[in-house]
Amino acid sequence: MLHIFCPHCGELRSEEEFHASGQAHIPRPLDPGSCTDAEWGDYMFFRDNPRGLHHELWNHVAGCRQFFNATRNTLTYEILETYLIGSKPQFTEQAAPLTTTATRELGEKV
Amino acid sequence: MQRYSGFGLFKHSLSHHENWQKMWRTPTPKKVYDVIIVGGGGHGLATAYYLAKEHGITNVAVVEKGWLGGGNTARNTTIVRSNYLWDESAHLYEHAMKLWEGLSQDLNYNVMFSQRGVYNLCHTLQDIRDSERRVSANRLNGVDGELLNAKQVADEIPYLDCSKNTRYPVMGATVQRRGGVARHDAVAWGFARAADALGVDLIQQTEVLGFRKENGVCIGVETSKGFIGAKRVGVVTAGNSGHMARQAGFRLPIESHPLQALVSEPIKPIIDSVIMSNAVHGYISQSDKGDLVIGAGIDGYNGYGQRGSYPVIEHTIQAIVEMFPVLSRVRMNRQWGGIVDTTPDACPIISKTPVPNLFFNCGWGTGGFKATPGSGNVFAASLAKGEMHPLAAPFSIDRFHNGALIDEHGAAAVAH
Repeated sequence: MLHIFCPHCGELRSEEEFHASGQAHIPRPLDPGSCTDAEWGDYMFFRDNPRGLHHELWNHVAGCRQFFNATRNTLTYEILETYLIGSKPQFTEQAAPLTTTATRELGEKV
Repeated sequence: MQRYSGFGLFKHSLSHHENWQKMWRTPTPKKVYDVIIVGGGGHGLATAYYLAKEHGITNVAVVEKGWLGGGNTARNTTIVRSNYLWDESAHLYEHAMKLWEGLSQDLNYNVMFSQRGVYNLCHTLQDIRDSERRVSANRLNGVDGELLNAKQVADEIPYLDCSKNTRYPVMGATVQRRGGVARHDAVAWGFARAADALGVDLIQQTEVLGFRKENGVCIGVETSKGFIGAKRVGVVTAGNSGHMARQAGFRLPIESHPLQALVSEPIKPIIDSVIMSNAVHGYISQSDKGDLVIGAGIDGYNGYGQRGSYPVIEHTIQAIVEMFPVLSRVRMNRQWGGIVDTTPDACPIISKTPVPNLFFNCGWGTGGFKATPGSGNVFAASLAKGEMHPLAAPFSIDRFHNGALIDEHGAAAVAH
């Protein structure tokens, strides 16, 4: 059972109150209409799925119903931090992130 | 390979069963193989077996980081069925079903395939409509299926609560009578033994750490015991596929999640079929030992920890007790998790990759066991020819870019 600190509520609550919403910091293309199929497919479906640190989006569905981000280790399930949308994580994997095939201008990473 | 037979059993009983031949060798890796399979689970071992048997390619190695069949092959709920809605998946799973039906004879190994019938319960009017559609689609694809009403369900599954008093009353069910269960370990061991007999090297306790490329073409794998060259590499690593793809330098449309199952203490025979419910989300069968085998859902978050969270177990047990109130005081014996590789459309990826000569067979998500022989069969054909087998072609990774998804997510017989 995970215990997750909701940065909005300021409380450590049990996993059952939350809903995991997948990888965080995925920028939406600024002009979706001009994306190629490859770029749109990458945005829609392709994920990092790391074995190790993962920045992910959570929703406190049975609490304040607000979204926030967490940095969690997918091997040990240890949650290193939770932080508000719009701020940067303190903990990041040393390895460089994989480049996507997308070359078009992406929106601001949030 | 010593063939197993009734006579052999008698003969070995005379020497107290102490002289059985080892099921497979423990070979030292060669420098180069025609094909390397990464991952020694059911799908990988089946691939190796069919490469040797149907395509005459025996210079094959299966490289496994742990022991054979120790991942999801050992962790699933052993259900076999082929009643998928869409043509592409129905053809693929039915191909597997036909192989299941002769598998014990083919491998000379009893995989304990028991066609005891798989029921999918309907609890709402929409369930009934969807099921009627699915059964009709199945029949058009040559897959057996029947739609039962509530009375027939109550007659066939006596301990199921079919009363009107439940929260989600049973309104009917579909049944695939050719569906059933198989012994999961025996499937891995049977394929391993048969593949070994045909000359395949099964290399255990050897982890693949990366792929060596020359001019962008895969020429072998870097392992914990050094480099092994290969003309073609097939990666069949289930939950770790995303990680393997990362080593090869590309991404997959896959997220890895823990999926749990649990078994009860052994009890007398009570459930003689497989019963699944999409609406309350539980599925249950009873093993030959008598334990109730119960499958849970996936955890919502990504994970590689091979363990799941408690709320999921609680939710599953609620569903089981809803269906079978008679089981409410049965105690659970063991619980475990496996890491499943889920795709956005809940269908597998059997495909070439951006790296030439590197092939992936993954994304089976929560339902790969039933496909084991079929998956291995079509993947072997694809590896042998370098071109995807016609049954595997629709499951290309390209579908996530061209939009030709096979949307089994809402349409499969049980939620993924």
